[in-house]
Amino acid sequence: MTVDETIRQVLVEHGRLAVPVESLADDTDLFGAGMTSHASVNVMLALEDAFDLEFPEKMLKKSTFESIGAIRSAVTEMTDG
Amino acid sequence: MIATEAPPTTTMTHAGSVATRMAVVADEVAGPAAADVDARGRFPTETVEALRAEGLLAALVPTASGGGGATLAEVSEGLVALGKRCASSAMVVAMHHIQVACLVRHGSSPLLRDYLRELSEHQYLLASATTEVGTGGDVRSSICALDVADGRFRVEKQAPVISYADDADAVLVTARRTADSPESDQVIVLCRPPGLELEQVGEWNALGFRGTCSTGFVLRATGDADAVLSEPYSDISTRTMLPVAHLLWSSVWLGIATDAVELARRFVQAEARRKPGTMPAASVRLAQTAVVHQQFVDMVHSSLARFAEADADSDRLSSIGFGVGMNALKVSASTLVVDIVRECMLICGLASYRLDSPFSLGRHLRDGMGAALMVNNDRIMANNAQMLLVHRGE
Repeated sequence: MTVDETIRQVLVEHGRLAVPVESLADDTDLFGAGMTSHASVNVMLALEDAFDLEFPEKMLKKSTFESIGAIRSAVTEMTDG
Repeated sequence: MIATEAPPTTTMTHAGSVATRMAVVADEVAGPAAADVDARGRFPTETVEALRAEGLLAALVPTASGGGGATLAEVSEGLVALGKRCASSAMVVAMHHIQVACLVRHGSSPLLRDYLRELSEHQYLLASATTEVGTGGDVRSSICALDVADGRFRVEKQAPVISYADDADAVLVTARRTADSPESDQVIVLCRPPGLELEQVGEWNALGFRGTCSTGFVLRATGDADAVLSEPYSDISTRTMLPVAHLLWSSVWLGIATDAVELARRFVQAEARRKPGTMPAASVRLAQTAVVHQQFVDMVHSSLARFAEADADSDRLSSIGFGVGMNALKVSASTLVVDIVRECMLICGLASYRLDSPFSLGRHLRDGMGAALMVNNDRIMANNAQMLLVHRGE
């Protein structure tokens, strides 16, 4: 799976969104799409497992998980770094 | 709200610090009225009127907007003083200041800026409607939604609790942003007469904090759409409402505990005077209780300092570590208040158990027991448990 496919799969399983994940654009606000802060924690944990990484403290904020694009940037930054 | 009685007078005239003036109102007005407020479960009108007369309801509003320009630490100190004399009054005032803080820090529209000036001029009292029937006590989700059209909003909310709503000049209400928004996509809106209608549901006949008049209401409101705070409620909650609430509530509960310790100390001192040279039986327990009370004092002070430091750093204020710490404050403070009152009851013995004794601690215990329940500590611990799953340490 590509990075984007993996992110979308995690959102399907843990995002508890009010809309289908397929309908989300790269910059759709996930919190606006119904992701609660509780769900975002599960999304984050699942992302860490899927990509075998650990988000550092500075990335543990709402903006890191606000869209698929934002998540990809964070994941890419860590896997490339 | 127009006063229906002659405003109570205090010995002050806008002189002294905010904390000092709140303490005078506590001693001269709130204290003498406390037993009646508690017995009748009535709103502490005279206390709020006295604070209003002193301009203290706008203590947190910047001076540029006509307010007192006080720091949170000053208001906290004033709430400790008020909590010592009448915890119901102190809770009302704390809840009001929490709402004011949200408006000061997040009310950016011209309408809301103007409202702050109006609040300062008329010394409005603000209430809050965050809980909703059907959400199971989760304030971070709403069922009701704003209906915005032609620059006007309309909302109807089934609120299981709006404390002192009948005596407030406006209510800050949480709701979904639009009818299509998910439950977690909330905003907060300022609702005020004449566009505010409140239909009371039930009565408030509770064990403690009886003067907060925390009855349920069906709230119907309409108004200018600019009365909606532009930032998401989730951000306002994380950055202001939750930390400020936990700081100010803890200050009230510290006031309850402080008064209990002062009564216990006087009780032991009276024993010592009767038999000089003999240590009163409860003197060591008093010393132990004073240690715990000091922890409580220092915890509130250090938490105020932590908030002030984090406030200068946007990322820190919304960090997991800060949130966990502010939740820990609420859980600790609400536990300590009951622990301390219970110890003080052991010190004072039956004199504290009697309702007609000068050492009675009945109201302290009843009020203190509410602290762990108003936003239940178990819910807060569940939130912290989840945040700790991803916390990386400071």
